[in-house]
Amino acid sequence: MRHVIAILIENEAGALSRVAGLFSARGYNIESLTVAPTEDASLSRMTLVTRGSEDVVEQIIKQLNKLIDVVKLIDLEETVHIERELMLVKIKTVDKMRDELRSVVDIFRGKIIDVTPTSYVIEMTGTSDKLDAFIATVDKNSIIEVVRSGATGISRGEKGLHL
Amino acid sequence: MELNGAQIVIQSLKDEGVEYIFGYPGGAVLHLYDAIFQQDDVKHILVRHEQGATHAADGYARSTGKPGVVLVTSGPGATNAVTGIATAYMDSIPMVVISGQVPSAVIGSDAFQEVDMVGITRPCVKHNFLVKDVTKIAETIKKAFYVATSGRPGPVVIDIPKDITAPDVKVSYSYPKKVEMRSYHPATTGNKGQIKKAIELLLTAQRPVIYSGGGVVLGEGSQELIELAHLLGFPVTQTLMGLGAFPSTDKQFIGMLGMHGTYEANMTMHESDLILAIGARFDDRVTGKLDLFCPYAKIIHVDIDPASISKTVKVGVPIVGEVKLVIRQLIDGLKEAKYKIDKKAAESWWQQVNQWRSIQCLEFDRNSRAIKPQFVIEQMYEVTHGDAFVTSDVGQHQMWAAQYYPFDKPRRWINSGGLGTMGFGLPAAIGVKLAHPDADVACVTGDASIQMCIQELSTALQYKTPIKIINLNNNYLGMVRQWQEFSYESRYSHSYMETIPDFVKLAEAYGHVGIRIDKPEDVRPALEKAFAMKDRTVFLDILTDRTENVYPMIETGKSHHDMKLRVAIGTTTDRELS
Ligand SMILES: Cc1cc2nc3c(=O)[nH]c(=O)nc-3n(C[C@H](O)[C@H](O)[C@H](O)COP(=O)(O)OP(=O)(O)OC[C@H]3O[C@@H](n4cnc5c(N)ncnc54)[C@H](O)[C@@H]3O)c2cc1C
Ligand SMILES: Cc1ncc(C[n+]2csc(CCOP(=O)(O)OP(=O)(O)O)c2C)c(N)n1
Ligand SMILES: [Mg+2]
Repeated sequence: MRHVIAILIENEAGALSRVAGLFSARGYNIESLTVAPTEDASLSRMTLVTRGSEDVVEQIIKQLNKLIDVVKLIDLEETVHIERELMLVKIKTVDKMRDELRSVVDIFRGKIIDVTPTSYVIEMTGTSDKLDAFIATVDKNSIIEVVRSGATGISRGEKGLHL
Repeated sequence: MELNGAQIVIQSLKDEGVEYIFGYPGGAVLHLYDAIFQQDDVKHILVRHEQGATHAADGYARSTGKPGVVLVTSGPGATNAVTGIATAYMDSIPMVVISGQVPSAVIGSDAFQEVDMVGITRPCVKHNFLVKDVTKIAETIKKAFYVATSGRPGPVVIDIPKDITAPDVKVSYSYPKKVEMRSYHPATTGNKGQIKKAIELLLTAQRPVIYSGGGVVLGEGSQELIELAHLLGFPVTQTLMGLGAFPSTDKQFIGMLGMHGTYEANMTMHESDLILAIGARFDDRVTGKLDLFCPYAKIIHVDIDPASISKTVKVGVPIVGEVKLVIRQLIDGLKEAKYKIDKKAAESWWQQVNQWRSIQCLEFDRNSRAIKPQFVIEQMYEVTHGDAFVTSDVGQHQMWAAQYYPFDKPRRWINSGGLGTMGFGLPAAIGVKLAHPDADVACVTGDASIQMCIQELSTALQYKTPIKIINLNNNYLGMVRQWQEFSYESRYSHSYMETIPDFVKLAEAYGHVGIRIDKPEDVRPALEKAFAMKDRTVFLDILTDRTENVYPMIETGKSHHDMKLRVAIGTTTDRELS
């Protein structure tokens, strides 16, 4: 099963490599990993998406918790949560399809943030599934470049992951 | 107090109560060595190879429970230490390793003797630090000792760039009394609900067994384990790392379990309906084939590291906590529940266990013309009154030492279990002897293993650590040869060394006593003579039966109830004369 794990980790050099190294050393897979400092500059927050059987995910969470730099973590799968991923897509445009593409972007609530006579850059956020769906909708041959942030997530309601 | 970085390092170690640093100098740590030179409180042991430093510190740690301390230079000094760090990591041994690093300004430029020590050791340390500021040294050292020794212990590396220890930069020094780390809170007592569940299972078990491991040694839980085991009356088996925590001469002890464990221990595990696992990590050498592991048993697992629980074997009642505290909780809970041994169940279970015992799986040919390695260990047990510290290397000799020297106290049996590091035994023995100058310290080794850190014989002379080296010389990489005999139709690919040194002369060259023994009747007198030479290191080169194998054995892919036993006692081959 797919699990989204949110991690608060000391914002120190090498902290990221401890997490990445753990996954490669133990043969766990990382589908995506995002990391950035939080409002408290001494902490970073990571969102890690992984896949594995329940036993494997249980071990992953225990091993992550064991890292001295990890302050707290939560398996978002265990709570009601929201996930968002940011995607930027550069698409080659020819006149006759520009309107059509614009309406597809609207349907997906994306934004066109750069325009040239022959290309658009589209910005879109949503669940990873939604971004997949958008990509599936546009003509493959017209895609010049896709960049995705990987999923980030947060739980719903008052409770949160903080110190 | 105003001190420079190098002085701060040494003063911090002193304030931490460190007696010995095991180390080797080089460019990046010259400031540190100068600070060492200017004081006498912390003693430095100059090894002959950095691997030796780590194993010596490790032996010191295993035999005392105190952290071992290592100091090495950058680059090759640091990489030479890695095997010893990994060895300590696999067996959860507290150790603090300080490595020099190239100056901060040139880190990342492929500077002379630069290696990314923090990166290299990341997968084999409990934690590591790169010190970037002289004002952070004391705090970092405090944290390192705290992390290394608390919770599930392990090695911690502190990498210190040369400029941080420069003599001309002085800052005010005070050693922190305590550290708080918001991200690190080792477990203490067990969850009450889980304890209750465990008690319920203990009250109703019919065929129970205690399977205890290195965690009981590491967590100083020996007394509590003995009390609990006597209260319950269960059979007790221990892992290779647990030996001694429960006395081997206690009648409830049924021997080591696992690959080279006793028949009775493995059968008891296999047939049990309840396993109380304490400070043991269900290693593959212990479990055998996982899907056939203990098919009838419910499992209670006490461990301080949640990641050890349900890692390989799913357990019903996990209890995360310190062995010492959790066992106390269990004892209290049992007393509260007015636990009484169910006489009828216990009697029939013990009858069964004793029947397995009666096949005497460790018996060997006592009339052999060749020296049987098992016989040597038995004799050594008698000569040392079962009270020596025994270190070992890795191979058949290690298993024989574990099987034929019944340890009655924890921290007496010092060996590399998890990593299985050949070369461990000799330096470890030096570390043990430094910590216990009045005790008998023996290193049981093999002709191949001893050559991996043989240079430390020189260290043993310099620091006057009289140890007894018991070389069970079969002129083979015996453990490898055994596997090749069993699994590769005796194709002995590179498990034989055509040239091995004259160990007697080698010992003498290093300034020690060397004695060669090739007849069974000479074993006892030689051992007596060696152990009587209190102030000399003695190398006993004992030419043993070359093709002797370690029995019993669970072969790969087999389970506890499917052991290979010694076929017919008395028919093993004699030593080929070479
Ligand atoms: C050639 C060879 C053959 C071997 N054959 C065998 C064999 O036949 N049988 C065998 O048993 N082993 C054998 N081994 C050793 C084996 O590889 C493992 O090292 C060993 O089984 C592990 O022992 P353990 O389970 O006690 O765990 P250890 O490695 O000692 O781990 C200790 C456990 O206790 C926990 N712990 C630590 N401190 C505490 C505390 N304070 N409170 C609670 N828990 C704590 C830790 O988290 C860990 O899970 C062999 C090794 C070699 C090299
Ligand atoms: C550093 C290292 N290299 C290789 C091995 C694999 N190995 C395990 S036992 C063994 C043979 C050991 O021979 P010896 O020390 O003579 O002991 P014996 O088995 O003959 O008693 C080898 C090569 C190891 N454990 N460690
Ligand atoms: Mg040998």
